[in-house]
Amino acid sequence: MGYKAKFRVWRGEGGEGRLEDFTVEVNEGEVVLDVIHRLQATQAPDLAVRWNCKAGKCGSCSMEINGKPRLGCMTRMSTFEESETITVTPLRTFPVIKDLVTDVSFNYQKAREIPSFTPPADVKPGEYRMQQVDVERSQEFRKCIECFMCQNVCHVIRDHEENKPNFAGPRYLMRIAELDMHPYDVADRKESAQEEHGLGYCNITKCCTEVCPEHIKITDNALIPMKERVVDRKYDPLVWLGSKIFKRQR
Amino acid sequence: MTQTTAESAARKQRAQIRVRTLRTDRWWLAPAFTFAGLLLFLIYGFWAIFDGSYFVDPYIAPFSSPCLATSCPEGARLFGLAPFGDWYTLPPGILILGLPGGFRLTCYYYRKAYYRSFWLSPPACAVAEPHGKYTGETRLPLILQNIHRYFFYFAIIIGLILTYDAVLALVHKPAGLGSWILLVNAALILCYTFGCHSCRHITAGRLNHFSRHPLRYKAWTLVSKLNARHQQFAWASLFSVMIADLYVRLVAKGVINFPFA
Repeated sequence: MGYKAKFRVWRGEGGEGRLEDFTVEVNEGEVVLDVIHRLQATQAPDLAVRWNCKAGKCGSCSMEINGKPRLGCMTRMSTFEESETITVTPLRTFPVIKDLVTDVSFNYQKAREIPSFTPPADVKPGEYRMQQVDVERSQEFRKCIECFMCQNVCHVIRDHEENKPNFAGPRYLMRIAELDMHPYDVADRKESAQEEHGLGYCNITKCCTEVCPEHIKITDNALIPMKERVVDRKYDPLVWLGSKIFKRQR
Repeated sequence: MTQTTAESAARKQRAQIRVRTLRTDRWWLAPAFTFAGLLLFLIYGFWAIFDGSYFVDPYIAPFSSPCLATSCPEGARLFGLAPFGDWYTLPPGILILGLPGGFRLTCYYYRKAYYRSFWLSPPACAVAEPHGKYTGETRLPLILQNIHRYFFYFAIIIGLILTYDAVLALVHKPAGLGSWILLVNAALILCYTFGCHSCRHITAGRLNHFSRHPLRYKAWTLVSKLNARHQQFAWASLFSVMIADLYVRLVAKGVINFPFA
């Protein structure tokens, strides 16, 4: 039932490299990561690839397969024609360490820049009382496995390296939305989302949603609601007037 | 200058793949269809604004409703009103089209559609855009996209007026095919309007405690259901409004003249 598949794999370090051609055996039921492992075992023992759970839950084996960001462990070989040449490259937005392994520390840096959950000073841990409906919106965002494919595909930084200092990326704008929607979070995140984390750079072309392996509606449920909250704060004079008249907390 | 050098150095650490994309699927198909669809709408809209055959009792073409100028035929005026006067004899459509036009222009779905298909920013996921610089919606003019919710308020009014037009045509005896076309169009426009992301935010999206506002939460869940199909309603209503408008104009011109038209 097996066949020989044609693979083109990026080999190189620190950006310098080339696509190398391989012919590898493929068996029924295998995924791209299985074939990469066979390649390692039989033809290219020094091929670097990051992986861990092989179950689509750790987010380690993010790569670009035929130009699309995918998890290697969740991309079935049966989705390709047997005659097709499959091109595997590292994530294009991050520096290459070696072969298919990239340095994703940009994302950890962005994660550190977001203030953590900030409960009211008079509520102690253990005293939080929330209804399910109040938290289920943000529970969707907790499904994130941090594969960073949304960060990788976002053209704001994929095509414009110079935007990296000013743009947190969809994964971390989603984190801001998650905290801002939390019933017990009191930190002011709307102003900083726009001014410090670059929410305005997002032009909602939804690539983050398209590539998310957890099918999180990043754009519709996190980024656009966050943009609307920023509009409340910064661009809507009626909301501003209402908050002054009724002394509402903004 | 130093910064540019540093950025270039950082960029060189990425895999230096010189092609625009390695995608092998037909990624250009969706932006091409979107471009064609939106261009068709713009061309039709431009023609419709200056076409004078927008009313035939009991139908009024959606592109010219509400008709609020003295140049409008008596039966075409909304509640018989003409608050714009003769307005320099401009076509009545031009007076109000800015509102639904602005609503669609600043709509979150259409932004995705035209950023991808017209501005190629990006044309498709993981396909490099051709622009050297990108600032998104952080500055003028694109920061004005944030006024979407105001267009939403006006779009509700326009949607309700189109529904009123359709109901008026429907109660007319005998009700013709055009009445049903106008009614379907009004329904699709209302589904598109009430499924808007701003509407979702205004109903309850801005709240953090849904449980304290059960009615608003219920409204939010209903709007969310429409919102999940916002793209489909955007396209369906775009074509339905063109079809309904063209139908009325063809009836008005006498091109369509079968019984119960």
